[in-house]
Amino acid sequence: MIRVLFSSVLVSLMMSIASMNAVAVIETYEFSTPELELRYKALSQELRCPKCQNQNIADSNAPISRDLRAIVHEQLEAGASDDQIITYLVDRYGEFVRYRPGVDGNTFWLWSAPIILFLMAFAVVWLQIRGDRDVTTVESNAERARELREKYDGK
Amino acid sequence: MRRLLLKRFLPLAAFLVLVLLLVRGLSLDPTELPSARLGDRIPAFNLPLLNTDDRRSADDWIGQPALLNVWATWCFSCRVEHPYLLELAGQGVVIYGLNYKDEPEKAAQWLVDLGNPYAETIVDQRGDFGLDLGVYGAPETYVIDADGIIRHRHVGVVNAQVWTEQLQPFFEAD
Repeated sequence: MIRVLFSSVLVSLMMSIASMNAVAVIETYEFSTPELELRYKALSQELRCPKCQNQNIADSNAPISRDLRAIVHEQLEAGASDDQIITYLVDRYGEFVRYRPGVDGNTFWLWSAPIILFLMAFAVVWLQIRGDRDVTTVESNAERARELREKYDGK
Repeated sequence: MRRLLLKRFLPLAAFLVLVLLLVRGLSLDPTELPSARLGDRIPAFNLPLLNTDDRRSADDWIGQPALLNVWATWCFSCRVEHPYLLELAGQGVVIYGLNYKDEPEKAAQWLVDLGNPYAETIVDQRGDFGLDLGVYGAPETYVIDADGIIRHRHVGVVNAQVWTEQLQPFFEAD
């Protein structure tokens, strides 16, 4: 009985914590079309808060994030494209505000590292495989196979 | 033989490269963001001055190097740096104030209570100019040269060390 009570208290506690997270960002915006709302959601999740560096502006409660959300909403309703909005913010806050920065001198290694690492891993595996396949191993294996066949095939 | 040597030392070499990368990573300050406006002219603005009906635009501030200090009465660190700004102003450094998303009455009272280090203070109640400038909090301090070009941004409190290491060099060049 006590155990049931305890677990129900625990569950309700967890649920209230979960709902607290859900209302972390308070303001809501009206959009003239559902399509704009989708773009707003995508943009606000892809734009980074300059003040609190590990949050996007959708999750952040910082005043600057509130301002940036307002800008995104305002410009979407004014008919700006996603690129125009991103350019507007990058002009003011730098590539830093994008979680998917464009390729430039600073981000070249960021973008190319996965490809380079993959090629390196591929090269290592390839060299290993080629190293194993040297001629004497193949010949001695063939020899051994012949011996075993002679032994067990009852020849 | 050479192949064996290579195999033996390759992990060590890889480890050293990794250590170099990590040491470099630890010595960087991830919170240090250069302003996206460095090297640009200050964005156009036309804002009222605190306490008067006059307005100022970007062109009015050209002709001498100056500091542009973003402050507000809700900003605790602004209170911390205020005495040092007064000291700088006393040494003849031109400091313009940008009262950022604040109530003008409170701002005016703040300058009466704590002293006024600013040659002029513009009021940006909605934060539009702040946005154009790339302000993401207060206090922030910008160095503007004699041609109205933004040369440096410091985020956080200005103190003697920040002045001598980061800001003063821009004033000696002229």
